[in-house]
Amino acid sequence: MVTEQQVWDALAEIPDPEIPVISLVDLGVIRSVDVSRDQVRVEFTPTFLGCPALEVMRDAMAERIAALGVQPDVQVISDDSWSTDRITPAGREKLRASGFAPPALRELGGPKLVQLQSNAFRCPYCGSQDTALENIFGPTPCRSVRYCRSCRQPFEQFKTI
Amino acid sequence: MKDQVQKILEIADDELILGWRNSEWTGIAPLLEEDVAFSSRELGTTADELAFDRQPDEYRCSTLVQLRLVPDWARTIARHCVYERSDQARIEALKQSEDAEVAGLAAKIDREEAYHRMHAEMWSERLKDEPRFSAALEELEPLFDVRDEHVPEFAALWEEMTMVRRSVAGATW
Repeated sequence: MVTEQQVWDALAEIPDPEIPVISLVDLGVIRSVDVSRDQVRVEFTPTFLGCPALEVMRDAMAERIAALGVQPDVQVISDDSWSTDRITPAGREKLRASGFAPPALRELGGPKLVQLQSNAFRCPYCGSQDTALENIFGPTPCRSVRYCRSCRQPFEQFKTI
Repeated sequence: MKDQVQKILEIADDELILGWRNSEWTGIAPLLEEDVAFSSRELGTTADELAFDRQPDEYRCSTLVQLRLVPDWARTIARHCVYERSDQARIEALKQSEDAEVAGLAAKIDREEAYHRMHAEMWSERLKDEPRFSAALEELEPLFDVRDEHVPEFAALWEEMTMVRRSVAGATW
């Protein structure tokens, strides 16, 4: 019999396909793990609706669970339950250490342009808050590009979703 | 319920066609960075059969998104502003839907759309004193709700957009 913890541990080894420094568990996209006798049901909430990596993630989860000797049942939940606030503290730190500024916490009413244009965002390299928005859409829709005036390094800022 | 399905199809077609039109700026947008932004904001997988296997007259997209505006940046940004405003209103309405699945999806879409609105806001701030921009806003404003027939240049868009699927049935990429 597989335990719920074993399933979480297995899922924690699956890297995010786009940003492999963090795992699917760090990303907070696994909403629940439900173990019954020979089946494991996982509820998975994609980050972005049109996320091109969705199928890769779903298949990777099914594969890991099957490797534990149980039948995987991965359900994709397309509701509004994921936000960047679900990224774990460990996940945030891994992002920052790799040069991606982790998303700010979501404020009531959602993100606003004035906040993005303010210097409330910290450079992941030198920690300075003297940073400016360069481009609201970066290499993927979930990231924007900012520039640190202090260490003169451009960096990617995760959007608050 | 039928109305709601219709509404969702309209949104999907608008996004698909607007995405196509915006990506026509790839390589020629006013800033290199804008090139990336304007194309990448529309990234996302779509249901291929729905997106590419229909006949031109089955697309429910608004006249607003069909217009080919390259290389007129002022009109393109004006369309972006008109579109985001009207899109926000209809997504807001869907968030109130009695169907929990529809309401949930609308709320999720809205989180992402917030950044499309901010992008429009940023450019509109920059172009607000440009007469071509104000004239274009006035010109395009009434077109969002026009969906009766397609503009002539839609035919060429459809030809190009569905070319791969038509030449290789069931092709995915």
